Amino acid sequence: MGITGPLGLGVERFWRRLVNGESGISAIQSFDVKDLPAKIAGQVPPGTRAEGGLDLNEWIPVKEQKKMGRFIQLAWVAAAEAIEDSGWAPEDEAGRCATGVMIGSGIGGLEVIQEAGLLVAAGKSRRLSPFFIPSALVNLASGQVSIRYGFKGPNHSAVTACATGVHAIGDAARLIALGDADVMVAGGAEAAICELGIGGFCAARALSTTYNDTPAEASRPWDKGRDGFVMGEGAGVVVLEEYEHAKARGAKIYAEIIGYGMSGDAYHITSPTEDGEGGYRAMKAALASAGITPDQVQYVNAHGTSTPMGDDIELSAVERLWGDAARGLAMSSTKSATGHLLGAAGAVEAIFSILAIRDNVAPPTLNLDEPSRPSPIDRVAKTAQERKIEVALSNSFGFGGTNASVVFRAAP
Amino acid sequence: MSETAEKVKKIVVEHLGVEEAKVTPEASFIDDLGADSLDTVELVMAFEEAFGVEIPDDAAEKIQTVKDAIEFIEKQQAAA
Repeated sequence: MGITGPLGLGVERFWRRLVNGESGISAIQSFDVKDLPAKIAGQVPPGTRAEGGLDLNEWIPVKEQKKMGRFIQLAWVAAAEAIEDSGWAPEDEAGRCATGVMIGSGIGGLEVIQEAGLLVAAGKSRRLSPFFIPSALVNLASGQVSIRYGFKGPNHSAVTACATGVHAIGDAARLIALGDADVMVAGGAEAAICELGIGGFCAARALSTTYNDTPAEASRPWDKGRDGFVMGEGAGVVVLEEYEHAKARGAKIYAEIIGYGMSGDAYHITSPTEDGEGGYRAMKAALASAGITPDQVQYVNAHGTSTPMGDDIELSAVERLWGDAARGLAMSSTKSATGHLLGAAGAVEAIFSILAIRDNVAPPTLNLDEPSRPSPIDRVAKTAQERKIEVALSNSFGFGGTNASVVFRAAP
Repeated sequence: MSETAEKVKKIVVEHLGVEEAKVTPEASFIDDLGADSLDTVELVMAFEEAFGVEIPDDAAEKIQTVKDAIEFIEKQQAAA
């Protein structure tokens, strides 16, 4: 597993900080925000690898950096950690051909599209870089990782807005189950913290704008004072492997993917239905494919973006599906600490769900001072909780009315 | 080495991420300096920008070595 995100580089460091209740939200540094109502974000910290920061020169040859949008660079770094951690380095052609990549992104190279658009607007279309298109294309995160490691199996990508990460991991697991690959490097990456990204989501009235002076308090899922999501950037990558294949080579197995479910709302481009039935059906399908009942799940990593509408709709859907079992369930939103990583959210949150199982810890929902409504579900307000967690479900819902849920169980 | 040659060399080093010593007049961008076809397109654009010259596509195709680039640019500059 590999993570690059607002709480730094490296899965173990990121997880420790998350469980400790640290926030990765801060004032936007990379451009002037004076004309924008939202001025904060969850940014990958600069710094050396040893400090848990990102110095691209430590990871990617300078000549190659300019051929990649930032989302690809972040995917590259997370994939490097994940692949090294997995110990999988196929030595023969058959092994390489049985290894695929499925790293998605919600938007792709938005900052390079912005720069290119400025050139065109200035009448300098002939000055567009030959690397503009391959820097911006969503599937080039997979493409670059495939080229770097020589993985010649399925070279694929998911693009489903904020559900991308879960779709990439779920679909990659299905490709393995269907026999298209033995190993899949899967996940999501996003880097939309630029004028186009912040401005665009501001225009859609999706971002938090009242906590610019207290960034760490801005992402507050289910809390009365929530006013929109905080954008985050980063990448999460996991190495999925067919069980017998992993066992045979003595691989470190964190967890098993046992369920995956998808649905569409067929309702609105940006809003979920008021009863949350789309999310409900995705979770139900995921549990059905796992062959388990809700009472067998101890932890849910919620989509929980800190928007006034979405949080309680998801809560209602979980309450309805879990019924009496809701009382024993822990559900938290780690976006309270990371912000919303859009197409990478489902991937980093899959990793948190897996680590929740490994360590028997539910990570906290920061800033949940006063829930907008009560619930029998424990939303792990402010402080992590030690809990016996054997099965965890993670939700991701995206614009366009797309919903996906994935279920993990402790390694067999 | 002429001023143009120095400048060309610097651009090649920056864009292709190669050691300065490797950038000899005879060095081929693709065979010796690890460039691919897109790298050479970008390199030609960088020359255009840096020297304020226009390098048409058919001329760009003939610029394969460091020397080719220097000679083309110097010819353009002399004509200007």
